Amino acid sequence: MTVTRRLAVVSGGLSQPSSTRMLADRLAKTTVAELSRRGVEVDLTVVELRDHARDLTSMMLTGFASPALEAVIESVTGADGVIAVTPVFSASYSGLFKSFFDVIDPAALEGMPVLAAVTAGTPRHSLVIDHALRPLFAYLRAEVVPTGVFAATDDWGSDAGDELAVRIERAARQLADRVEATERSGLNGDPWGFGSVASGFEGFSPG
Amino acid sequence: MSGMQFGIFSVGDITTDPTTGRTPTDASRLQDILTIARHAEEVGLDVFAMGEHHNPPFFPSSPVAINSWVAAKTERLILSTATTLITTNDPVRLAEDYATLQHLSGGRMDLTLGRGNTGPVYPWFGEDIRQGIPLALEKYALLRRLWREDYVDWSGKFRTPLQGFQSTPRPLDGVQPFVWHGSIRSPEIAEQAAYYGDGFFANHIFWPASHTQKMVQFYRQRFEHHGHGTAEQAIVGLGGQVFMRKNSQDAVREFRPYFDNAPVYGHGPSLEDFTEQTPLTVGSPQEVIDRTLGFRDYVGDYQRQLWLMDHAGLPLKTVLEQLDILGGEVVPVLREEFAKNRPTTVPDAPTHDARLAAAAVAEAEERAEVAS
Repeated sequence: MTVTRRLAVVSGGLSQPSSTRMLADRLAKTTVAELSRRGVEVDLTVVELRDHARDLTSMMLTGFASPALEAVIESVTGADGVIAVTPVFSASYSGLFKSFFDVIDPAALEGMPVLAAVTAGTPRHSLVIDHALRPLFAYLRAEVVPTGVFAATDDWGSDAGDELAVRIERAARQLADRVEATERSGLNGDPWGFGSVASGFEGFSPG
Repeated sequence: MSGMQFGIFSVGDITTDPTTGRTPTDASRLQDILTIARHAEEVGLDVFAMGEHHNPPFFPSSPVAINSWVAAKTERLILSTATTLITTNDPVRLAEDYATLQHLSGGRMDLTLGRGNTGPVYPWFGEDIRQGIPLALEKYALLRRLWREDYVDWSGKFRTPLQGFQSTPRPLDGVQPFVWHGSIRSPEIAEQAAYYGDGFFANHIFWPASHTQKMVQFYRQRFEHHGHGTAEQAIVGLGGQVFMRKNSQDAVREFRPYFDNAPVYGHGPSLEDFTEQTPLTVGSPQEVIDRTLGFRDYVGDYQRQLWLMDHAGLPLKTVLEQLDILGGEVVPVLREEFAKNRPTTVPDAPTHDARLAAAAVAEAEERAEVAS
């Protein structure tokens, strides 16, 4: 029997085409290749947050997701692993990227294997993964793989690019280890978090 | 009044009218709400429900005081709340205040309990929002005992113990006020309503219908589980939100600026998206009739339908016109249509008289059982 795992890519770039999406695609491709080498089939979903910018704002205001955004949230929270990539804006993740993680249920990514990656114009932002993304995913109790991937503009057109390829390989391997081992997507629950609470009732007694 | 009850509820927001820039005062909104409540009776509605808030931009901190005034000025209208804060009020005060209203109104009252979702309000009343659910459970358990037992010995986590305490006045005719439990998303509250055989009121305004459906279905199942009757006999109320004009396009044009700037969802989704994704209906009276009749498809035959009418800065004149349309064109049709194919086993909406009669029957049965 073939094993199938669900992998979700969340890309927070704004321009089109964006280097954030380029990095996201490379990470996804390498991870999928690593998993298929191990005989694991991958059901891949790529989420371009830009396409849901309006719905994200609406959800922040109304508290509920549009049907399109709800499907996106389910594809991410119900995955076996997430590749999360954001550009650096004002020394941190982009507001759009943060908005997505603000509207999902805080418990929905518990134990989720996450590969955190960042793009920036200059290498001086390289600590953003460690001072912004890791704390965010620590709060969400996700499991971030040890290798974070940072790509500055230079990495796309110099000898440094070889090092980027090495980092991508290593990070993808670390994510693949965890995605292969988890059975998260088989346990996916109600997006409202309702079923789990409701089914927990053994009865009720006041006081 | 049998079968279903129809009415309005107000959260009591003070919002600038986006079309005129005029912001009402506490004083003007309070006077307006009294006019609106009386007009609800004039146009033939059954229920007026007042919200409770303790922070601006809301004015109604004391719905029981407002409802007492309205009770004195009306003859048929049932005065309810939307909602009475069970978390931050003292259950002893609630027992006393609402029993007093029950006498003043001749039984034309009930109340909807809610938790309140404004963090700072809790500490202002010595409580903690993180204890919201335990507060609601413990305080209601006490409130209910205060109405049903003449002398109460009690101790719990959230208030001073009571020894031999009697809350006064005792409930009218020995029948405790009917209680609805309101919640947007907490199954614990639906469970609480089901456990006691009380009513469950689903806000039904801000979230998609599929969510309301799940909450109501859960409440109905648990109502049956706790032995109060079949699932279809559970007592369900729904909120709703409409804006009507003779022509649908006129309704949309007039309501759009109020929607776009509304305190809760303004500056977010478009009016079109929000009407599609939630029960909000902006259009002709016929569209409102059709949409409302559709609620039954996903919650079953239910007992009470309330609409939010005065909000988002709508001027008094407009609100009164909306009530005219609601009472004149919409509710009469809904009464007739909802009555069709309604199983006889589905209970009517709760009233004091019906509950008094039911209590008398139950007592007679009990006596007969003791005698035999």
